[in-house]
Amino acid sequence: MTLQNDTWSIAGREFRSRLMVGTGKYADFEQMARAIEASGAEIVTVAVRRVNISDRGRESLLDHIDLKKYTLLPNTAGCYSADEAIRTCRLAREAGLSDFVKLEVIGDQKTLFPDNEGLLKAAAILVKEGFTVLPYTTDDPIMCKKLEDLGCAAVMPLGAPIGSGLGIRNPYNIRIIMETVSVPVIVDAGVGTASDAAIAMELGCDGVLMNTAISGAKDPVAMAEAMNLAVRAGRLAYLAGRIPRKLYATASSPLEGVIG
Amino acid sequence: MTGGGTGQVATIRIMVNGEETTIPGMSVHDYLNMMDGDNRSLAVELNRDILPKKDYRTTFLREGDQLEIVWFVGGG
Repeated sequence: MTLQNDTWSIAGREFRSRLMVGTGKYADFEQMARAIEASGAEIVTVAVRRVNISDRGRESLLDHIDLKKYTLLPNTAGCYSADEAIRTCRLAREAGLSDFVKLEVIGDQKTLFPDNEGLLKAAAILVKEGFTVLPYTTDDPIMCKKLEDLGCAAVMPLGAPIGSGLGIRNPYNIRIIMETVSVPVIVDAGVGTASDAAIAMELGCDGVLMNTAISGAKDPVAMAEAMNLAVRAGRLAYLAGRIPRKLYATASSPLEGVIG
Repeated sequence: MTGGGTGQVATIRIMVNGEETTIPGMSVHDYLNMMDGDNRSLAVELNRDILPKKDYRTTFLREGDQLEIVWFVGGG
C-alpha cells in the first residue's frame, strides 16, 4: 500500500496531489510561488477581478504560476447572485482558456456561507454552457446530491466558514456526503492547521482545498509543506485502514510469560 | 451613419470597469494597447457579453459602451 499509484480525477483530468491551494493573501508573488511549490498541489485557485485601468504596471499573477505544471481553478468569490457568478465564470474561461470553475454564490458577508438557491441556479446554467463546475456548498448531503444531479464535476462542502480555521466541524455530514454522491468530494474552507487536512483525508475525502491556513501562517512556506505531509499522511492512513474505536483497552504485549 | 469608417476622430464616452472615460473612437484592440499593460491574460466583456479575443481588432467602441476588463488575481 503506497501513494505511488493513488491518483484521482475531476471530469476525466487526472491528479496525484489531493491538496488544492489558493493564491490569495500572500506577502508577495515570490512567497506565493514558493508556498505552492512546497504544498505539492497541482490545482491552484485564483480570483477574477477588474484590471486597474490607471495602474497597469503591476505584475500579472500568471507570470508566477507555470500553467504547464498547475491547473488553474478560477473562483467566483465575492459574487452574491447567480447572475454575477455566471458572468465571472464566462470571463474566467475567456481569460484562462479552461472550463474549470470554482463556483461560489455567497449568501452573507459575515459568514460567507453559500446561497444554496443561487448556487443551484448558477450551476445548472454553467453546466449547460460546458463548464466543469466545482461548487462550494454547505456540508449538506441533499444539496450535494442536487449539485451532482445537475452535472457538477465535484462537490466542495465547507468544513467551517472561509478563513475561520475552525477545522471540519461536522465530519459526520462529510461522511454522509461521500456515501450520497459519486463525484469527488473536496473539503473546501475551514482548515486551520495540518491535522485538519489529515482529518479530511482520513474521512476518505478525495481532496482538500485551502488558502488562509497557508498564506496566513507565520511561515507560509513551512505551513505549505506541513499541509503537503498531512494530506499524504491522512490519505495513506485512510488507505491503510484504521483500527476501530473501542471504549476499553486491548493489550499490545503478550499476556503470557509475564514475570512473577 | 455613426461610428467608425468616416475618417473623423470623434470622441466618445464609454464606461470602463464602472468608471466613465472619454476617448477617441477606436477598436477594442487599440484601446487595450493604449492602456499600456500586459494584455495576455485579460478577458473583456462588452455590454455584458464576452468579447472573444479574435474580435478585438474588428470591434469598434461606440458611445455609451460598457466595458469590463478583468484578469486573475490571488484568491482562494
